Amino acid sequence: MWRSRRTARSALQQLTTIAVTLLGLLVMTFIIGRMMPVDPVAAIVGEDATRDVYENVYRKLGLDRPVWQQFLFYLRDVATLDFGVSIRTGQPVLNDILHVLPATIELATFAIIIGAGLGAPLGVMAAVNKDRWPDHVIRVFSLMGHSMPIFWTGMIGLLVFYAGLGWVGGSGRMATFYIGLVPERTGFLFIDSAMAGEWDVFWSALNHVILPAALLGYSSAAYITRMTRSFMLDQLNQEYITTARVKGLSSRKTIWRHAFGNIRVQLVTIVALAYGSLLEGAVLIETVFAWPGFGQYLTSNLIIGDMNAVMTCVLVVGLIFITLNLISDLLYRVFDPRTRAS
Amino acid sequence: MTAATQPRRMPQSLIALRNILAFLMRSPTSAFGLVVLAILILTAIFAPLLATHDPYVQDLQNTLQRPGNGHLFGTDELGRDIYSRLVYGSRITLTIIFLVTIVVGPIGLLVGTVSGYFGGWWDTVLMRITDIFLSFPSLILSLAFVAALGPSLNNAIIAISLTAWPPIARLARAETLTFRAADYISAARLQGASATRIIWKSIMPMCLPSVMIRLTLNMATVILTAAGLGFLGLGAQPPLPEWGAMIATGRRYMIDHWWLVTFPGLAILAVSLAFNLLGDGLRDALDPKQMNKR
Amino acid sequence: MTDPILDIRNLSVRYRGTPDPAVRGVSFTLGRERLGIVGESGSGKSTVGRALLKLLPTAEITAERMQFEEVDLLNAPERRMLKLRGRRMSMILQDPKFSLNPIQRCGHQIAEAYRTHVRASKAEAKAKAVEMLAAVQIRDPERVYMLYPHEVSGGMGQRIMIAMMLLTDPDLVIADEPTSALDVTVRLQVLNILDALVRDHGIGLIMISHDLNLVRNFCDRVLIMYAGQVVETLDAADLDHATHPYTRGLLAAQPRIGGDRSALPVLERDASWAQTGATT
Repeated sequence: MWRSRRTARSALQQLTTIAVTLLGLLVMTFIIGRMMPVDPVAAIVGEDATRDVYENVYRKLGLDRPVWQQFLFYLRDVATLDFGVSIRTGQPVLNDILHVLPATIELATFAIIIGAGLGAPLGVMAAVNKDRWPDHVIRVFSLMGHSMPIFWTGMIGLLVFYAGLGWVGGSGRMATFYIGLVPERTGFLFIDSAMAGEWDVFWSALNHVILPAALLGYSSAAYITRMTRSFMLDQLNQEYITTARVKGLSSRKTIWRHAFGNIRVQLVTIVALAYGSLLEGAVLIETVFAWPGFGQYLTSNLIIGDMNAVMTCVLVVGLIFITLNLISDLLYRVFDPRTRAS
Repeated sequence: MTAATQPRRMPQSLIALRNILAFLMRSPTSAFGLVVLAILILTAIFAPLLATHDPYVQDLQNTLQRPGNGHLFGTDELGRDIYSRLVYGSRITLTIIFLVTIVVGPIGLLVGTVSGYFGGWWDTVLMRITDIFLSFPSLILSLAFVAALGPSLNNAIIAISLTAWPPIARLARAETLTFRAADYISAARLQGASATRIIWKSIMPMCLPSVMIRLTLNMATVILTAAGLGFLGLGAQPPLPEWGAMIATGRRYMIDHWWLVTFPGLAILAVSLAFNLLGDGLRDALDPKQMNKR
Repeated sequence: MTDPILDIRNLSVRYRGTPDPAVRGVSFTLGRERLGIVGESGSGKSTVGRALLKLLPTAEITAERMQFEEVDLLNAPERRMLKLRGRRMSMILQDPKFSLNPIQRCGHQIAEAYRTHVRASKAEAKAKAVEMLAAVQIRDPERVYMLYPHEVSGGMGQRIMIAMMLLTDPDLVIADEPTSALDVTVRLQVLNILDALVRDHGIGLIMISHDLNLVRNFCDRVLIMYAGQVVETLDAADLDHATHPYTRGLLAAQPRIGGDRSALPVLERDASWAQTGATT
C-alpha cells in the first residue's frame, strides 16, 4: 500500500522535474530567438515594405508588448504546435522538421548499433583484462574515436573509402539516380524502399549510410566503452561472481551471463544518452555527407538566420533529450527486478 | 596517491600537483598527452620563429602546391603555406582554451559555491538552471547561441563558455557541501565574517584544484566544439588560420589536394587526443568515482 | 580414517604485488569429517579455502602436495578445475545478500549449478532444484524458486546457497563464514540443516570461521591459524587442553554464560608465533 503511494509520489516528482525542464527549455529558445540579429518583421514583409505595413506586422507579432507577454504568446504558440513558417522554404517549420527527421534517425540508429556493438564488448574486454595490454590498447583506440573531429574524419573517410577504394557510396542517402524513385511514405528510406520492393534502392541506401554511421558510431563508442568498463569492474568484484565460479562456470559464462547480465540495465541507460549525443555529431557529419537530415536543416538555417526554424530545432533537440532521459529511466524501472514493484 | 586524494589543503596542493605530474609521466599515454600540450604551448609562444612563411601572405603563383619544395605541408588555394598557418593556428587554439577557462571557471565556481553554501531556495533555483543547460547537447546549444550572437571567434568562445559551465558548477557545489560544515568555516562565521567573504576567502580556494582538473577533462570537448563551429563558418572567420575553418575551405579542393584538410585535422586530433589522454590519466590519479560523469 | 579426501602439504599463497605470502606452509588432511579453520580476520583462513578451489587469479600458489582424491590440484589445468568446481567440491559463501546474483531468480541460479555439470533438460533441473529447496527445509519451494534474491530473508538466502552448493552431491564443501552475516536466531537453524546434509551424504566439510564456540560444536577437528600459518591442530573435544598461547588467548577471550563478570582479557600477540611453524 505505502509502496504504491511512494511510487505515485516519485512519479509526481518526476513529472514536476520534466515540467520545469520543459519550461526552462522554452525560456532558453525564447531568449535565443530574441537575441537573433535578424529583424523578424523585415523577414516577413521584406526590405522595402511601407512603414504602415511594417507597423502593422510589428503589432501583429506582439513585439510592442512587454517581454513577458511575448513569452506567453510564445507559450501559446508552442502549445498549439504553431512554430511559424520557415523563411527559406515557406513551409511551416514543424512540417519541415518532421520531413527531415527520419533521415537523421536512420543515420543515428545505424550509428548507435555500431557504437554499442563496438563499445560494449570492448568495455567488457578492457575490464576483464584490467591494467594489462588489451586494456591499454582499447583505451587508446576508443579515446581516439572520441578525439577525432567528426567532420574531418568524414572527409578522410570519403577520400579513402569512396574516392580511393570505392567500397562505399558517396554523399547523400542514396545514389543520385535513385532519388525520387521510391514513394515517400514513412520518410525512412529503408522502410519505404522495402515496402515498394525496390531492393536496388535499399542496397544503395545501405551502401551510403554505412560510412557516416560507422564514423559516428566509432566516435560514440568511447563513452560506451568507458562506462561499460567501469560498470563491469564494479560487478567483477562482487561476491556473486565468486559464486558463479564456484558453481564451475567457465570465465566466459561467468562474465557474460552473470556480470554482463547485471550491467545490462545501466548499459541501456548509457546507450540512450549516447543516442542523444549522436544528434550532435549528426549536425557535423550531415554537412560533410550532404545528408538531407535534421543537422543539415539546422545548420543551413543558422547561417541565414531563420529564427523560427532555429528556435524550433533547438526545442526539438531538447525534447528528444528529455524523452531519451525519460525512456532510459523507464527502462531501468522495467528491467531491474530490484526497482520493479512486485 | 596519498597526496593525490587530498589535493585541497593549499600548502599541500603544490606537492599534490608534483605527485600527480609524476604519476602521469609514469603512464605512456598520459605522458604523450603532456608532451603534445607542451609542444602546443611552445609552438604558440615561438610561432614567429617556427613559421617558415607569413601565414596571411598570398602567393597566387604557388597555389595548391604539394608538400615539399619549401612548403612542408604544401600550400592552400591562395598559395599560403599550410605549415605556417598551422603554427599560427596554435595561438588561436590556445586563446580559446585560455578564454574558455577564465570565463567558465569563475562562473562555475560562483554558481556552485553560492548554491552549495546558501542551500535551500538558492540551491534549488541555481541547480535547476544548471540541469536545464546540462540536458542539452553542448554543440547544438553553442550553435544556437552563435547564430543569435553572430558568427565570430569571440562569439564562439562566449557560446562555448555558456554551455561549458554547468558541469563545473555541479562539481563546485559538491565540493562546497563537503566544506560547509567544517569547523573553520563555522569559526569564521562566528567571528562575524560575511557570507561573501567566507565564500571568496575560504571556500573558493578550496574548490579551485578540483575545478582546474575538471576543466582539463572537458577541454577536449571544447576544442572539438570550437573546431566544429569554425568548420560550419560560425567560429573564427577567414583569413584567420583557425584549424576547423582551414578544413572547411580545404574541403572544396579535397579530392585532388588531400593535404589541405589532412594536416589541420591531424592537428585538431592531436590536441584533443592529448587532452583526453591526460584527462584519463588524471581520472586514474584521482578519485575515479567522482570523475566518472562527463 | 579411510583415504583422505584432501591432502595438503606445505601450502603457500602469495598475492601478486605483495611482498609477504598471505598463507605460509599450511599442511592438513581431511577425511569424511568436519574440519574447522579458526582465526582472526586477515589470518589467511579464507585464502586457504579459495586457494583449494583455485579461485585466486591474482595469487601464486605453491605447495609440496595438493591432492583432492585422485586429482593433483596443483597441476590441474583450468579445464579440469571447471569439472571439479561445483561438481565435486564447492563453497558456501558468507553473505547471501552479495553472493546471490541480484537479477536472476533464486531457482534459476540453483538449476544452473545442476545444468553446468549434468546433462539435463530445464524441467529436470527445475525439479531437482525444487527438491533440493525442500531438503533445506524451505516451505513452498515452488514459490521460492521464482523469487529474486532481494525478496528472501538472509536465513532463507543462505539455505538457497546451501541448496545450490550441495545439489550435485559434492565430496568436499568449504563453508566460508556461513552464518556470520545472519541473525543470531537463524544461525543455529541454518547450521543444523548444513550439518544434517553433510552427515547424510558423507561430505567432507571445511568450516572457516572466527567463532571458536561455533567450530567447537560443529566440527571434529580444529585448525588454529595466525598470520598465515597453522599454529595448532586439535580435536574439537580437546580444545580446552590447547597448548599454544595464541589458542589459549582466543579461548580466554570468549565470554561464557555463568562465568565471572570480570573484564575479558585482551588477546596478546607475540611476533615469534608468526615466525615459527606449526607446533604439532
